[in-house]
Amino acid sequence: MKRLLTLLLAGCLGLFALRAAAELTPPDVLVKDVTLEVLGIVSKDREIQAGNVQKVIGLVEEKVLPHFSFESMTALAMGVNWRQTSPEQKQQLTQQFKTLLVRTYASAITTYRDEKFEFLPLRAQPADTDVTVHARVLKPGRQPVALDYDMEKTPRGWKCYNVYVGGVSLVLNYRTEFSAEVRKSGIDGLIGVLEKKNRQLEAGKQ
Amino acid sequence: MTVVPVLSSCLRRCARAVPLAVFWLLAGCASVQNGDPRDPYEGFNRAMFAFNEGFDDAIGKPVATVYKEVLPFQIRVRVRNFFANIQDVMIGVNNLLQGKPNAAADDLARVLINTTFGLAGLHDIASEAGLEKHNEDFGQTFAVWGMEDGPFFVWPFIGPNTLRDTLGFAVDVAAAPVRWAIDDSATRYWMAGIYLVSERAELLDVTTTLDEAALDKYLQRRDAYFERRRYLIYDGNPPRPPRERPPGREPRSDAAPLEPDTASRPSPNARAGTFEPREPSNYGAVLAAPRGKL
Repeated sequence: MKRLLTLLLAGCLGLFALRAAAELTPPDVLVKDVTLEVLGIVSKDREIQAGNVQKVIGLVEEKVLPHFSFESMTALAMGVNWRQTSPEQKQQLTQQFKTLLVRTYASAITTYRDEKFEFLPLRAQPADTDVTVHARVLKPGRQPVALDYDMEKTPRGWKCYNVYVGGVSLVLNYRTEFSAEVRKSGIDGLIGVLEKKNRQLEAGKQ
Repeated sequence: MTVVPVLSSCLRRCARAVPLAVFWLLAGCASVQNGDPRDPYEGFNRAMFAFNEGFDDAIGKPVATVYKEVLPFQIRVRVRNFFANIQDVMIGVNNLLQGKPNAAADDLARVLINTTFGLAGLHDIASEAGLEKHNEDFGQTFAVWGMEDGPFFVWPFIGPNTLRDTLGFAVDVAAAPVRWAIDDSATRYWMAGIYLVSERAELLDVTTTLDEAALDKYLQRRDAYFERRRYLIYDGNPPRPPRERPPGREPRSDAAPLEPDTASRPSPNARAGTFEPREPSNYGAVLAAPRGKL
């Protein structure tokens, strides 16, 4: 009985430790650390600067992907249509949308040239589970470009589910395109279009 | 997207395009089923969009690419700064017209500093000194004054504009400092040409990435235009509730239902750039509302 109790206690402590570890990195710190790490690698890598998208995709998959919630992003982009999407379709859609977003993100990173980043202090309550992290890209002769990351707290740490560049959401921007496709040829049609798009991009890069 | 010393020939071209536009509208090929209510002439606009893309592929992109490859980065930044400095004059005027004297004073200070110490605007030392550049134009000023968007148009050579922003653009062009400060028309045309090429060159990377990402370029650019303009009109703090959260998630148990009209009112602290405590989203409203209402 005593051993069981000890085990139980140890188990609880373990759980707490896990929870604490997941909560360790606040969202603003996470955004800053990941951004600076990735940009640091990019600014030293000649192959990436020369436009080697495949190499960036590897980098993005390793460093950035774990902090994104692609299912939430896909759900946002789908809007009302998400409700009529079957679990298998959801999975396929998420996979295809993720591939497309990663490629876009990677292609944008290859154009990075020593722009200065500024990370603004997070204004949020400790109990908040849904916050926006603000950063900016500074360029001479230009209004700074705002980067806003909507982040939600999950048991596996803070996950980004929406990104705004200069006030334009990269995720919500797809909603009209998605719903037009769904109206035309259904959810499976949209999955097909995304698959085709990804195949074309893949072929174009090789 | 402040467009300032743009060719007056653009306007002339635009004037030539008007009869064409009227023809299209009358021909009724403009209506598209299931379209966005903000874009009643989608058929016409898609045709104009395709025309602009063709022009860009044939002339815009190639010229901008050569410009970017021939001139070193440092020179291109000077060119950008030079025109940005001229634009700051009317940005200041617009800030004043929008009732933001402090921002206008910053713009004036920027022009004074960059024109003198920045060597005729070639160096943006005002930004380095903490005087941030703003983005204003007459389209935004008219919006602040309460003018509605009006229907959306894609104009040949000029690109996407709502009716209000078209009007604003015309005033931007008419009021461009280059027009009244420089007598020699040849010089003006050269300046406008270099400005346009420089702007296009700046956007080469962005448009390549956007093209890759698009399923339907027209819808992508149109929706981005709407969102971007709204963002600029509100100076970077557009009212954003109800919070766009991923659907299919249960609202938190402490979630109070969101009043529908709080969505349309800017929060009092939004302007100051302070953090708004996150309001639990009303998922039903988010899911039910058409995209345009959010």
